[in-house]
This record gives sequence, structure tokens and C-alpha cells, in this order.
Amino acid sequence: MKKQNIYSFLISILSLIFGSFIINSGVVSNSYKTVILQIGIYLIASLSLNFTLGYLGEFTLGHAGFLAAGAYTYALLLKNGVNFLIAIIISAVVSCLIGCITGVLSSRLRGDYLAIASLGISEIIRIIIVNIEIFGGPKGLKSIPKYSNFLLIYSFVVLSFTVFKLIINSKHGRTIIAIREDEIAVKSLGISTRKYKILAFCVSAFFAGISGALWAGNQGILTPGEFGFMKSVEILVMVILGGIGSMTGSVISTSLLVAFPVIFQIFIPNMNKYRMVIYALILILVMIFRPSGIMGKKEFRFNKLKNPGGSENE
Amino acid sequence: MSNYVLECYNLNLLFKNHHAVKDFNLQVEKGKTYGLIGPNGAGKTTVLNLLTRVYKQNLGDIFINGKNTRKWDSTQINRHGIARTFQNIRLFKEMTVLENTMVGFHNNQKYSLFDSIFRTPKYFSEEKKIKNKSLELLSIFGMENKADCLSKNLSYGAQRMVEILRALATDPSILLLDEPAAGMNSSETMNLFEVINKIKNKFEISFIIIEHNMNFIMKICDYIYVLNRGETIAKGKPEEIQKNKEVETAYLGGQYAENK
Repeated sequence: MKKQNIYSFLISILSLIFGSFIINSGVVSNSYKTVILQIGIYLIASLSLNFTLGYLGEFTLGHAGFLAAGAYTYALLLKNGVNFLIAIIISAVVSCLIGCITGVLSSRLRGDYLAIASLGISEIIRIIIVNIEIFGGPKGLKSIPKYSNFLLIYSFVVLSFTVFKLIINSKHGRTIIAIREDEIAVKSLGISTRKYKILAFCVSAFFAGISGALWAGNQGILTPGEFGFMKSVEILVMVILGGIGSMTGSVISTSLLVAFPVIFQIFIPNMNKYRMVIYALILILVMIFRPSGIMGKKEFRFNKLKNPGGSENE
Repeated sequence: MSNYVLECYNLNLLFKNHHAVKDFNLQVEKGKTYGLIGPNGAGKTTVLNLLTRVYKQNLGDIFINGKNTRKWDSTQINRHGIARTFQNIRLFKEMTVLENTMVGFHNNQKYSLFDSIFRTPKYFSEEKKIKNKSLELLSIFGMENKADCLSKNLSYGAQRMVEILRALATDPSILLLDEPAAGMNSSETMNLFEVINKIKNKFEISFIIIEHNMNFIMKICDYIYVLNRGETIAKGKPEEIQKNKEVETAYLGGQYAENK
């Protein structure tokens, strides 16, 4: 292992312990705590979307579907007394399978058609959830045990960031980026683009599932309405704002966008209603003044210190 | 078994009403260079696209090393030893020259997702192997100092070169070059000429080259096929083609003959 990798590993472990200590010590008020936890959950979601959108270059609108699959699997498993860690893994796997379907679609459809198809998949998931009794129908599931604490959520943030970074810096990541750059050229080099597309969607959906599971464990309540089209757009905005293809960009923009409405709510009540309006406004402004997003395709670095770990854990 | 690396018989392709390729026949011997020439829209690139299965022929058969390619896609074509470049350069623009060539080696690189996530020793050894191979390939053609450049920042000629090297990395037995000298100045064309000769000497592979630069193609090819409106109007050695009256009227024009 390289020296800098060990450093960033140590830094992320330390910041995890330190952060969890601060959160638990009660210095941070409850509303801020909620924001910090939500940032973590959204981070995993936006990082996973960035993997398919930014690195594979496939535009999808169905990320909420993966979250929903993860969240509901997690909730049902917990209600049946499964250990929460095992439940998280299983919900990630379930979401991964749905991601696999999207991956297969993506090798047949391109561009706008894939966006519509993925939107279709996420709507199908939502409608299944609404209509099947076991998922609680439109009323949703209540009293899910709340296991998602700072340590758990941010451990998964670090894990997902690291795994994505590791994949990107390998043969698989190189191929995935190459597919983004020129799919026909990749095919002409004898590489099955289909395999790598499915792989990218599986990995992305896997972590989206984890994000969903953590979401369920954080809220304690799940309603199918939460996982509609707007949720996908919300995550999409985070990725686009941060810079498509920049993981640290996603981290920055997700933190800003999640924290923004809650912090402003202190000054202006009922801000939450206008959250999507603000999102849209920010997006329009960024697109005008910085079309490639906050970070573009570049990665944020502390001087020479590369950070595959979550050195930016708040 | 025939001793041809690539054979195609009676290839036909129809785009709706347009007969793009008519009864195209080609037999490629090992280590020989073939040129495809003809006016714009003659179907030269279409033939390459047929050979690499970007288009599927309506009629006719293509054999690679005696195996029929009818059921293959362009990925499998490459795995059976045909690599190509494109008319409009298709490099991975946001990646470095080194990474571009490394992608070419990927099919020989056997490690799984597990290896890349857990950074097993296999990952390191395989990555190192491929990196060294790529650097070696780059250094043969004097590109090693550009290894860390983003490929989009290279000059046009250098981009062409990287594309050829990337195709070469897949270890082909036939290399299809689609207008490699297009847009190059004379010194770059000379350089390309030397590179192709170098590849021929070093790797013993056959070439099929589409080119509009007559001096270039006459010098480099063993056989030349002349296409016009999808039909093969002449084939033979460069000298024969130069004397061919039909070719002159269809493509080279009377002036070329006079200048000669």
C-alpha cells in the first residue's frame, strides 16, 4: 500500500471516531445532528449515482428506485428480527439485482431512452410498494428500529468512497471511463461493453441500496411517496452541481444542498416547502456560470494528499 | 484449410435502396498490405465496417482464419485478431496516452473485480505487467515521453499514432486503418509510413489501409483494390493499378496520369 493511502485511511478512521464522539457528546443540537446524518445518507446515494452518470456516462432517472428497494428490504428484514448489519447487506444485494436489470437495459438503450426506461423501473418499484400489502401500501411502514447512527452511516460513506475510488483506479474503472469516452472504440478493442455496463450499474445500485437502508434506519418511517421521481432528481442535481465525474465534487455539493435548506430554516420558517425551488434555482445558476459543476471533472485534494477515504467527513 | 488470414466472398450490403457494397471479394495473406482506394462514397469504410461487424452484410461470408464470422459481434472479431482504427479519431480523450494503450491490453489482463477492490497481489502484478507492456509499446514508436499527456491534448498526427498503438495492443493479426494519413502534413505522413513498416517488420501482421494519399498508398501496399459505387472496379499490384485506364477515369482523373 502506498504511504498516502495509509494516511488517508488513518485520517478517515480518526475523523469517524472523533465525529462520532462529538455527535454523541451532545454538543451538537438535534436539528444539526439530523442534517449531518442526512448528508451522510445522501452522500452514498450521490456517490453511487456519480459512478454511473459521471464515470460510465449513462444518464438515468431512476436512482430513487434503488434507494426504495434498499430501504424497504431493510425495513422488512428488521421487522422480522434480522441483525441490522446483515439486513443492510441483503438490501444492498436486492438493490444490486435491480441495478443489474438497469445495466442490461443500458446495453440495449442509449441516451434519453435509457433515462426513460430507468425512470420506468423506479416507478414500477414504487407502484409495487404501494400496491402490495406486505410493504404497508400507501401508508408505508412505521416503527422501523433506528440503528443508523453517525458511526454506521459515515463508515459506509468512507467505504463507498473508497470502493468507488479503488474500482476507478483499476482495469474495471479504466474500461468504464473508456466506455464513457467512446463506446464503439471500446468494442473495437474486443472488450464487452455490456459486461462492464452491467457491472457499473450493479456496484452503483449496491451502494444506493445501502443508502436506502440507512435512510430507513434513520427515519424510522417509510412511505412510498418519498421515493418518487423528485428523489431521483434531487440526487441527480447533487451530482450535476458537484461536477459529473468528480467524487469530491459530489461530496461538496451534497453537503451544501442538504445542509442549505435546514440551515436557512432557522432564519426563514417553512423553508422546506421550497426546497425543490431552491434546488432548481441553484442548478440554473450553476449551469449558467459554471456549466461543468463546482469541480468539473477534477478531484479536490489536500495539497499532495490523495484522499480515497472520507477526509471530508464534516 | 486455406492459408488466408481473412477471406470474404461476395459481400453485399444494402442501405434501403442504396447498394453500398456489391460482390466484394478479398483474400488477405499473412504479413501483406492491402489498400482500398476509391472516390468518396465508394464504400471503402463500409467494407471495413462489414469486416468488423459494425454492419451486418445482407449476402456473403467473411472468414477469419477459416472461421465464419456470421454470428459474431465486433467484440469477438477483435478477439479473433482484427483490430481497427477509425476515420474520425476515436480516442478516449479524457484519458492519458498510457491509459489508452492499457485499455487495449485489457483482454489479456486477467483479474476480477474482487482483486481490484481488495487490491490483491494479483492486481498489482497484473497492473504492473500491463503498464510495462504499454510503455514498451509506446517506446518502440517513440511516444514514451507523451505517456502521461491527456490524449485530447496531442497533435493530430500523434493522436492517429496512439489510435494505431491502441489497436496494436490487442495483439491483432490484421490491422485495419481507415485513412491514417488524412489531415497529416508530409513529415507526419513519412513518419506514419515508417511506423507501419516498423509494425510490419516487428509483428508480422497484415494491413488493410484506406487512404486518399496516392503516393503513400502506392508505396506501402502489396495489393490495391479500387472501389467505385460499391463495386470493385480493379484490383492488383500498385503498378498495375496506376496503369489501369478505368481507375484513372473513375478516380485518379486524367491529370494524375499526365503528371506521371
